[in-house]
Amino acid sequence: MNAALKLGDVREAIKPVVFERDLQIISNVQVNGEYRQMVLKAPREMLEQCRAGQFFHLLCPQLGGENPYLRRPMSIYGFYPDKGELHFLYKVTGEGTRALAHLGAGDTLNVLGPLGRGFTIADNWQHLVLVARGVGLATLAPLALEANRLGRKLTAICSARSDDVLMSVHYFRSLGANVVTVTDAEGTSSIENLEAIIEGLIAEEGVDAFYTCGSNRILRLLQRIGEKHEIPGEIALEQQMACGLGMCHCCVRPFRKEDRVVNLRVCREGPVFDMQEAMPW
Amino acid sequence: MVDLTVDVGSLRLKNPIMPASGTFSEDLADVFDLDLLGAHVTKTITRGWRDGNPTPRVCEVSGSMLNSIGIPSKGVGYFIERVIPFYKRYETPLVVSISGNTADEFATLCSEVSVDGVAAIEVNISCPNIEEDGKAFAIRPSSTFDVMTKLRKATHLPLWAKLTPNTGETPEVARAAEDAGADALVVANTILAMAIDINTRRPKLGNLMGGLSGPSLKPIALRMAYQCARATKIPVIGCGGISSVEDVLEFLIAGATAVQVGTATFIHPLAMPRIIDELAAWLARHGYSSVKDVIGSVIDDEQKAGVVFMEAAP
Repeated sequence: MNAALKLGDVREAIKPVVFERDLQIISNVQVNGEYRQMVLKAPREMLEQCRAGQFFHLLCPQLGGENPYLRRPMSIYGFYPDKGELHFLYKVTGEGTRALAHLGAGDTLNVLGPLGRGFTIADNWQHLVLVARGVGLATLAPLALEANRLGRKLTAICSARSDDVLMSVHYFRSLGANVVTVTDAEGTSSIENLEAIIEGLIAEEGVDAFYTCGSNRILRLLQRIGEKHEIPGEIALEQQMACGLGMCHCCVRPFRKEDRVVNLRVCREGPVFDMQEAMPW
Repeated sequence: MVDLTVDVGSLRLKNPIMPASGTFSEDLADVFDLDLLGAHVTKTITRGWRDGNPTPRVCEVSGSMLNSIGIPSKGVGYFIERVIPFYKRYETPLVVSISGNTADEFATLCSEVSVDGVAAIEVNISCPNIEEDGKAFAIRPSSTFDVMTKLRKATHLPLWAKLTPNTGETPEVARAAEDAGADALVVANTILAMAIDINTRRPKLGNLMGGLSGPSLKPIALRMAYQCARATKIPVIGCGGISSVEDVLEFLIAGATAVQVGTATFIHPLAMPRIIDELAAWLARHGYSSVKDVIGSVIDDEQKAGVVFMEAAP
């Protein structure tokens, strides 16, 4: 029996959509007191698969005395098929990111992706509101790009400790978003003030969907406002991962599904989830 | 052209490389063509629904990892309706990994998954047995023999027994599995381990303890595969920390007929197809026409003292 012929007859081909590749680093620099941005040269076939809210699983190098073993998940900050660039924004917090910070232009980084399920923008959602804090804004940045491409109105409410760590503000503005900044330093980042700002937006302009990432307090607030006004929303969540593909089941989190709580894999069913099903942590 | 085919009992594999249970699923089809593999081995399922363990379910230890996933399972119904049909598109044989809390429950599941589309059943007898104070079946020869006898009666399919390193009686457990009718031995599962965060003083796993896998497990698994190959006449499938073609060769030389690649896939999802290519290239470079010529080729006949010492070790 000719195996090749038999396969051709019966197989329903599954096209690989996730790539494990060594990519060359164009730059990896500090962008402010806390964050670094890495720009990688990436092939078009990989970038064309990317969606806002998805992530890559990075094989952090064994450099500078750091010996990370497992890959580290990192949300996509920007992807540009025409320029052939993939961007990440990260804060150095542990062994993996410390090792990443040692890489420079010309070095290579092995990446796996794009992975996971990204953000949804339904056809009838005209005014999108994203609310996030700190590095959570990096995950929401490509959503601004997508909203711009689809011609939707976007309001970005960016929260941070002080002005100098307000990520992505310039980026959101350049994409035509209406940007509202709140900071701890100015005393404007309280949940009460955020609620007033969001209620104001709903009353004056109407809001079709919320998006958030990274803050428990903001999640609770948006769940409450979303439920009250029947406005849908999505949240990008994080969890420690091993495989990043869905095989190992280590990155589960609990979600409310109808009347019970179920564990879902952040890498596969997420990292973007329905906001009302998410459970504060 | 090097012949990579191997025979695990009655089952012919196109090459000796397959995934280790728990580190493989349909999801890997997003990365490469799964028909490149010698066999497909599913994550262990149980008869009923299981939620799995609390998080964190994994942590790193130097150059390796610990896990306590806890065998989350959607149950046998879901598996038969949804998972087995997925693999029918492939020519590669499907090996189903199963587990049970009691020998009878285990045997019932074994019979339930003996269906069209399944080529062999890997029985995870390294899991805790609630009838034996939570000790895994494969810790003792007697409990291994008892559960394997019931499993043997439950299916006509080839039975692969997955052994545990958490035993002091590896050759005896291997012989007990063989005597009860196992067709092959998978050697081995993870070894029980622990890690503590010194700042929080909390164990790094939600379940407190978990299984060590990755390169630091390899010398232990290799020793066990060697012991099992010597102790029995049935094929041994090596498993434990295999990350490179050199690791594969070490297990084959020790007497393994095939190998399972596990944690390495988490680090490099393309590890298995890469190793298959490198194995063919290595064999060609060293003048072998068949991978079978390497199996069991370890030169140990002049090291009696070492063997005696090894047999005295746990």
